[in-house]
Formats: sequence, C-alpha cells, structure tokens
Amino acid sequence: MRHLLSIEDLSKSDAVSILDTAHELARVSDGAVKKLPTLRGRTIVNLFAEDSTRTRISFEAAAKRLSADVINFSAKGSSVSKGESLKDTAMTLQAMGADAVVIRHSASGAAQRLADSQWMSGSVVNAGDGTHEHPSQALLDAFTIRKHLRAGAHDLEGLTVAIVGDVLHSRVARSNVLLLSKLGAKVILVAPPTLLPVGVESWPATVSYDFDSVIPFVDVVMMLRVQQERMSDLYFPNAREYSRYFGLNADRMKSMKQGSIVMHPGPMNRGLEISAEVADSARSVITEQVTNGVSVRMAILYVLLTGSALEAGSN
Amino acid sequence: MNSIDVVIKGAKLPNGTVSDICIQGEHVVDVVKDYSGPATHVVEATGCVVLPGLVDLHTHLREPGREDAETVLSGSQAGAKGGFTALSAMANTSPVADTAGVVEQVYRLGQEAGYLDVFPIGAVTQGLRGEALSEIGAMADSVARVRVFSDDGHCVSDPLVMRRALEYIKKFDGVVAQHAQDPRMTVDSQMNEGIVSARLGLKGWPAVAEEAIIARDVLLTDHVNSRLHICHLTTAGGVEIIRWAKARGIDVTAEVTPHHLLLTDDLAGSYDPVYKVNPPLRTEHDVHALREALADGTIDIVATDHAPHPLEAKECEWQEAAFGMLGLETALSIVQKTMIDSGMMSWEQVAERMSLTPARIGRYADQGQQLAKGAFANLVVINPTKSWRVDRDLVLSNSSNTPYHGHELPGVVEHTFFKGKQTVINGEVISKGAK
Amino acid sequence: MSIALSAPDIKRALTRISHEILERNQGSSSIVLLGIPTRGAHLAARIATIITEIEGVAVPCGTLDITLFRDDLRLRAPKAIMPTTIPPSGIEDKDVILVDDVLFSGRTIRAALDALGEIGRPRTVQLAALVDRGHRELPIKADFVGKNLPTSKSQSVRVLLSEIDGRDEVGIEGEVL
Repeated sequence: MRHLLSIEDLSKSDAVSILDTAHELARVSDGAVKKLPTLRGRTIVNLFAEDSTRTRISFEAAAKRLSADVINFSAKGSSVSKGESLKDTAMTLQAMGADAVVIRHSASGAAQRLADSQWMSGSVVNAGDGTHEHPSQALLDAFTIRKHLRAGAHDLEGLTVAIVGDVLHSRVARSNVLLLSKLGAKVILVAPPTLLPVGVESWPATVSYDFDSVIPFVDVVMMLRVQQERMSDLYFPNAREYSRYFGLNADRMKSMKQGSIVMHPGPMNRGLEISAEVADSARSVITEQVTNGVSVRMAILYVLLTGSALEAGSN
Repeated sequence: MNSIDVVIKGAKLPNGTVSDICIQGEHVVDVVKDYSGPATHVVEATGCVVLPGLVDLHTHLREPGREDAETVLSGSQAGAKGGFTALSAMANTSPVADTAGVVEQVYRLGQEAGYLDVFPIGAVTQGLRGEALSEIGAMADSVARVRVFSDDGHCVSDPLVMRRALEYIKKFDGVVAQHAQDPRMTVDSQMNEGIVSARLGLKGWPAVAEEAIIARDVLLTDHVNSRLHICHLTTAGGVEIIRWAKARGIDVTAEVTPHHLLLTDDLAGSYDPVYKVNPPLRTEHDVHALREALADGTIDIVATDHAPHPLEAKECEWQEAAFGMLGLETALSIVQKTMIDSGMMSWEQVAERMSLTPARIGRYADQGQQLAKGAFANLVVINPTKSWRVDRDLVLSNSSNTPYHGHELPGVVEHTFFKGKQTVINGEVISKGAK
Repeated sequence: MSIALSAPDIKRALTRISHEILERNQGSSSIVLLGIPTRGAHLAARIATIITEIEGVAVPCGTLDITLFRDDLRLRAPKAIMPTTIPPSGIEDKDVILVDDVLFSGRTIRAALDALGEIGRPRTVQLAALVDRGHRELPIKADFVGKNLPTSKSQSVRVLLSEIDGRDEVGIEGEVL
C-alpha cells in the first residue's frame, strides 16, 4: 500500500490489518511507551487547505508518537489560501523531501489528484476531500465499534449501524458506508430525502426517512454534523423541525437496544443533531473516538511508510 | 481539352459511387467516372471517402481575449486538420461578441487566416448576462452576416428574454442556439447527477436541468413560430422532447458533440478535469439514445463544442478546473468510430450531419453543398481504413485539453480543400506562409 | 535440507539453557523471561515451564515485539505487529532474559534492547538463543546458546516448533558456497 485515498480502493484484508495494527499500537500507547522510533528521520507534511484542527492534531500526534518529523502546512497564512495551485504546493513539498503528505482539502478528489500526478513522489493520505471520503475517520469508527461490540473478532459481521443526518454532503458517511459494509455490518442511512444523494440506491446500505422506526434495532447510532449553511439552502424548513425528526435526544435514546452505542465524528452541534444528555451519556463513545483516532492514524502511517523504499524502487 | 487545377482520383462519394472530382479555381467543375484529361495536380484517393467540407456550428476560438488558449488562426488550422471548411465562433469571448464591431473583427481574422470560413455567432443578450438583447440587427447586417445567436456557456434562462429573442430574430431569418441549462438547478454543479456523482462526492448536474429548458423552449418556439437550435444535447430525455417537438412540426434542430457520443460520466472517477465538460458527460444509456437519435435524424447535426483551455485551467483539482475539451481534430474520427464503424450510419448521413445540415441551419450558402458540378470546392478526403494515435502534444490547437490522448482512432483526414485551395496535404496542414 | 537439531536435541538444549539461567542468576526470584515473537515467544514459554518444574515456583514470562524498533523498516514490506506482553511485575530492576530462536546479525537484539529501554530499566539483560549461526553485524553476544551452527551467509536456518509448525526441528537450507 502506497497511498490511502479512499475506502473504495481498500480491500477488506487491508482494512482489517490496519485495525489489527492499530490495536497493537493502542496497547503500546496505553503502556509506558509514548514514543516509538519507527518513523525516525521521515518527514510527514500535514497539508490542510481546509480548517480542521481535530484531524490535524490527531495526525500530528500519531506521526510524533512514531518519531516522524511533522511539518504543518495549513491554509491560514500559507500560500494555499493565496491562490497557489495544488501543483505548485505539491512540487514545493516534493522539494522539501516529504515522505508522506496528509491532505485535507475542500475539493473532492484532491488527494487522488495529488497521488496520480507526477508532482510529488511521497505517500498521500486523504484526511478528507470535499464531500468525497474521509477514510481515516471511517477506520477509527470501525475500530471503535469493533472494540466495543466485537472484541476479539476481525470484522463487524452481524452488527447494524444507523448513520443519521446530512449524508449528501458527508465524506464521513461515504467512507463509513463502504467500510462498515465491507466489514460485514448492515448499514442504514437515516436522513431527510433532501440530504441523500441521487444514486444512493447503488450504495451498500438501506435508506430510511424514519429515525424512530430504525432506532430500536441498531447496535450503533452514528450521528452526522449538520452544517449551519444547509439551513439557508432549502434542505429542511428549520433547525427545530430537523431536530424533531432526526435529532438524537434523551427520549429517543431510551428506545435504543441494550449495549448499543452512540457515535459522532465531531465537532458536534449540541442541541441540533444531538442533545447534550446523549453526548455525555454512558452510551456515548465520542471522546473515545478521538483517542482511537491517534492509534488508527499511527497504524495508517506505519502501513504506508514501512517498505516505502521498496515500492519506490530504490531497493 | 483544357487543363484543370486539381483532379481527385478514385475517391468514394458520400453516395458510395467512385468518381473523379475536377476542381478549377474555387469550384468543382466536373464529377466524372474516369477523368483522363490534363490536370496541374493529381490527388490519388483510391480507397478514400470524399465528403463536402465539414461545417462546425459550435466552436470556441477564444479570440479576442484568450489568445493563449486559441486564436482564430490556430483554431482554423486545427479545423482544417479535422476536415472542416467552416467554423462558427461562439460569442463568449472577451469582449463578448454582442456588437457588430466584434463579430466583424472575428470574421476578418478568419478571412485573413484563410484556412476556412469563420462565421461569428452573435450573443443573444448583452454581455451574455441574460437580461437585455444585444445588437442582433447590427450583427445580422454586418459583413459577418450573423444568423446564429447564442449565449453559449450561459443559458438564456429568463423565459421572457428567450421569447423576445425568438421573436426578434425572425426579422433576420436567424436562429437562437440555446445552451439548455437551468442555472438554479446547476449551481456549482460538477458532473452528471447519478450513481457516479454520488460515489465521487462531486455536485450533481441533473438531466432535468437540461430537459426542462429544452421543453420550455420548444413550446416557446411553437408559440411565436420561430426557429430554435438546441446546442449539445446530452440526455435520453432531451432526445424524447426533440422527437415530440419535431413530430408536432416545431422548427427545432439539435446538435450532439462527438464526446457525448463516446464518453461517459464514470471517467470522472479519475478526477482528471480533462473529462470535465459543460454539459457533463452522461451515462451509457444516454450515449446510446444520442447515437440512435443522430442516426434517425432526431438530432440533426454533430457539432464539436471545441473548447480550448490553457494547461493551468486543467492541471488542478476537478472543482477548480474549467469546463470543456478540444474537438476539432478528432470529431470526424469519433463519428466514424461511433456511427460508421458500428454500422449505425452511412457516409452520406455523415455528410448531412456534419456539412449540409449545419450549413443550412447557419444559412452558410457557400458551405455544405453537394459534391457536384458548380459547387464550391469545399471538400475533405478521408482514409477510413487508416488509424492514428492522438497525442495532446502534437495538436494544432494552442491548447492540449483533449480527452483522447493516447487513444487509437479510426479515419485519417488526408486532404482538405477550402474553395479550391488545399489546406491539408497528406494529413499535414499547410503552413501559413505557404499560401 | 540437513537437520541440525532433532526434537530430542531441542528438548535437551532448552533444559540445559534453563539450568544455566538459574545457575547464572542464583535462582528464579529476580528473572523475567521475554520471548521475541513469533518463535522466541514459544521458546520463552517452554523455558519458563522447565524452570517452574525445577524451582517449583512460576517464573514471569512475556513477549516483546520489536517490529516498531527495527532499523530496516523503510526497506521491508510492512510486517504485522505482534503483541507485546509484559508480566504484571514489570521489568524494573529485574534480570531480563531475552529469548529468540536464531541469533544472526544481532540487529533484532539491538531493536529489542531499544524496545526494552522504552519500557523500563532492568538490572541486567541477558540473551538466550536456540541457535547461534554467526555473522554478527553488531557487538552482541548470547549468554545462553542451544547450539552453535557454523553456516555460510547464503544458507538459511529454519526453526520449526510444534506449537505452530507441528513438530520440533532445526534445519539448514542451501549450499555452503
């Protein structure tokens, strides 16, 4: 594996091996060892052309625990925001000797453009591209689900996961639908019809407009963030009505199955898609998702950057 | 017996008969079985097909304004290479071709280049803004004799403006060439809305955004009894509407581009913007509907929508990239591949769809004539048994945004004649100085 | 392939190593056995069992994966990370016996020393290897050796253990060049 661009081109066995590696790395981090020499001397660039503090610091922590040198190249104050082309940025990173570029970008396909171009030779990790995919988020979500509900197993066979909210604009939803179904889980998308893409019928998931009818049967409820700007774009009448049909509040949580969990990729709109009681409840694994994010991203960097000299043909 | 300037020997005419074509000055002076008299130049064309010079009703030449992408000269050379003897220069230049001054400038540049006729298309509305009518009369009466009016790149979306334009052009025997795209339904749209856009997370461009405008405009055309041309039809649903309108007797014509006859939306999966085009590539289902409609005449013509862009407009993220692809040099090969080699159309139909009918729609009297005694000697000699490999670094256009780079395509344009003058000899465009 | 150690040979070698460990450390009270996965971990478990039989008390035994500490990660296909299990009593101030199947270049042991350093500070670190085949690339030496096997670099030593391979055997593959 040279790049991580999408869940679509990740095989089930590659996905399981990343989760297994993350599992061992989490055990290392749990213990006394906080830093591993694994990627000493390697340079990892966080190229964040779109604001996302949590994803960036998660990748940064992962890289640093593996002793890589981390360079943060973020939109604010960098040339990316001054209209420099992706090509020029990539060639700059190449000139700096980046072994891997972790890219967050508002354009769908930006990570793939970077990987397919001849502009740079390092590994590319997609840390979220437009409304396309966010593979590391899906991997950390699958890791969290497996840890809670399928400890000791390889995959998620037999579980049912509801993904609730703005599926249309969500890269987290796209990656999770592909990964969770690949790992054997049944996925139900719950959203207003306006926030589901045309073509969703081709996805490995079923669709429901009725949250209440779905909630008693699922093992995992994964809430998606509703962007403020959707309010003004005719997707639903107003926040109150959205909350009434698709928000997860304490009342709805009561009908959840024994042992089921609540997830959210963050940042949350408390009171809109999720109520404070739910977010802070015992079912919520939201802060744990953040912790697991670091282990999963360590695993991704480990898998991509070991043997990289082999793939680059310099051996 | 008098000597003639050129004889083209042994080529197959569109109707399938093998004849020799005799050219003297600007005209075809004879089409005979075996010409045995003297000629200054003999063009051996056995095994080739000869068609009337191709006429493109939809070309972006970028001059004035974006000469780095294309000039009238470079576009003319690319056109000649592709077998064209007439191009129609779209109005979305900078400044916009919405006055007599601009269309006369473009027309003159075409005459100076001398490779083919460049017929400017006038903007329907001032600045393509869709609000006030441009100087349609002044452009029609100028030396450029504009008959085709289009805001292409933008849709004339206001129904009242469209109605007025359709009515007004009747005075000049004009036609409105509509770029059918509802602007509200396609804000920031990137590609065909469907299974592929859902997967790629690129904002969808629904077929209905095109079809709703076509439906509205054929009804308006019927109502005011005018003439409408639909640019670059891309959807199976649009074909149905045109078929219905024609059956009803509405004076509407439609075009399809070569790329919409061949390429589909799944190519966006590479996120390579060379496949980003307006209107977008559609599905396999649409491609088949378009081919059938072109064969049965529901779609009247093939037009290239040749849209050159500089490298930096395509070497970037998909959503930052410009819409459009090159078409002039590959159009005939794509039509051969999709329509002739598949057995769906004859060369005679190709002559109609790519020369006779577009010339009739544009009222280009000297173009699109049957290859017969007395016609202008505008013609193209194609070797349909040869193939060639597209190389974006070798195109004559100033830009290189062809979606066919590396493709092996059938059909080689061996010779092009524009008013008796040879512009392409053995596949090579003559240089500017040589004329 | 020629057989260098048979199943009974391996059993005898491990028994001898166990006695030597006890002798060197004056009993089992301070020792911790750490096997390097995969086969070293099984050998460590066997030695632990033998020592327990001899001494009558359980001896702490764990595993130490060194994958993340290797110095050739850039050049090798990514390897699955194996579990590291440190006994609850820890390694602080203990006599840690690293156990591996074959001692060759010494690079694995270098990585193991680094890994150990991240976990704690043992009083001593000793090394037991079932086979020492020579060709060291680093100044590292085994304290307890099952058998010294002179080999050429082109040969490879294959250790089979019944826990994973179905039988016990050590063989040498390839010709002496």
